[in-house]
Amino acid sequence: MGGTEVLESVVFWVLAVVAVASGVVVFRVDSMARATYALAVSFVAVGLALLLVDLHYIGIITVLMMMMEMAVMAVYMVMFMGMNPALMPMSMVHDNRAAIAAAVATFVVLAGGALLVPWPSRREPEPGAVLGSAAELGEAIMGSHMLVMLTVSPAMLATIVAGVVLAQARGRYDRLGDDLDRRPADDPQPGGVGR
Amino acid sequence: MPPTPHDWSPRGWRVVEPVVGALVVAVLLGGLALAAASLDGVLAARGRSSGMAAGWSAPLAEAARLMRQRRRTIVAADVLLWRVGGAALLVLALLKAVVVPVGGRSVADLAVGVVWFNAMDVTVWAAVWLLGWGANSAHALVGGYRFLAQGLAYELPLMFALTAPAVAAGSLRLAEVEAAQQGGAWFVLWMPVAFAVFCLGVVAFSVWGPLSVPAGVDVAGGVLAELSGVDRLLVLAGRYALLAAGAAFAVPMFLGGADGPVLPGWAWFGLKVVLLLALLVALRRHLPVLRPDRFVEVGWLVLLPAVLLQVLVVSVVAVWRY
Repeated sequence: MGGTEVLESVVFWVLAVVAVASGVVVFRVDSMARATYALAVSFVAVGLALLLVDLHYIGIITVLMMMMEMAVMAVYMVMFMGMNPALMPMSMVHDNRAAIAAAVATFVVLAGGALLVPWPSRREPEPGAVLGSAAELGEAIMGSHMLVMLTVSPAMLATIVAGVVLAQARGRYDRLGDDLDRRPADDPQPGGVGR
Repeated sequence: MPPTPHDWSPRGWRVVEPVVGALVVAVLLGGLALAAASLDGVLAARGRSSGMAAGWSAPLAEAARLMRQRRRTIVAADVLLWRVGGAALLVLALLKAVVVPVGGRSVADLAVGVVWFNAMDVTVWAAVWLLGWGANSAHALVGGYRFLAQGLAYELPLMFALTAPAVAAGSLRLAEVEAAQQGGAWFVLWMPVAFAVFCLGVVAFSVWGPLSVPAGVDVAGGVLAELSGVDRLLVLAGRYALLAAGAAFAVPMFLGGADGPVLPGWAWFGLKVVLLLALLVALRRHLPVLRPDRFVEVGWLVLLPAVLLQVLVVSVVAVWRY
């Protein structure tokens, strides 16, 4: 084992312990802010561990998305939780027994899968191919499913647009009047563009 | 093939080199942050028509005052999260700066340096919100949420602004983005919208000038409200360091990096960073503060479409060129 490999396994184990430990902390603390950011630390450790297998883009994007997600979660925390438990101590576990059962079952399935699935051995890279590149990963995931993806994505986009339209509390007739000619629009919150 | 210097350099140096490099970048970043604070002091002194000398030394005097000040203790403050948020700004500024190539070399030449910068500036969201949260003070919390509201408006345009140079250079590696501009048109010339949006993003994540409402005087200093002593010093220094790191990042991204005639590369790099930083600092005295609720609409209805059009233009040029 060379020096770099020793260093890599040290880094891996440190990150792995941090990821699991801060994952445990999420359920032990009594503050929503601490739980949120303990979860963020856990995800960051996982993202950084991905760098060890040369998945640079995916690793750093994981850090980026998770930090942003936790920040947005803080917005929702105050917006949607009645009587604002976000601001006072509260237990981070709900329906404890069912949650433990679900967690153990998920762990057994995933860990069993990781151990029992016959993993393919690494093939010799084709000349010019960059190992572990985003392109290679994309090819592996999407290569044989491109047609499906192409068909599904317009349907998904239409679903998103339809969902937003249905969920909208105030449509354009509320804003612009029955003949859509009210200027400026009747908005509860004035914006910077002065519509 | 003759061995490159890297191959026969002593083994220990390979471990020490990044540490030394990071220290050098930290010192440079600290110097830039201090210079930015001094410039702001001078501009403030000019506004009051008081002595310029007091303006230059204002940040040092303030630092000395804060170092001696006793920490204010607050009932039921989440001290851990508060301190983490306060210290994070300086650390994040340094983490942004280490990917920037200074005179052709960077401490961490990441293959995805552009994404790294983006990940670090999203982490500023966490830092500023934690600053607001940890103090257990209504004003600070309002400041923290104002930053998130502002973030929802500036972050997507900023992400697409970062995309434009990466698309044009065909790489997310900062050194390659810089190399793509060598001897040619600097990216700022044909992607001015992306550059302007990027600068706005830098101003926003530094809680500076027109986007400083999270620390606004109308909420008693917002996220800064309860900070005292060395904690306050770390946050104030962190804001200037973030501004400096943003300016340093803009140079290889948009301003040609070390590209320029006569002078050596590092001199051009330093000159551009200092000029851009001075411009960003001066913005504070020339633009009014934007309210986050109004800025959100500007971000989504003006900045985002404008920067998307910019990316479209750049993509068409890139496809046509290759």
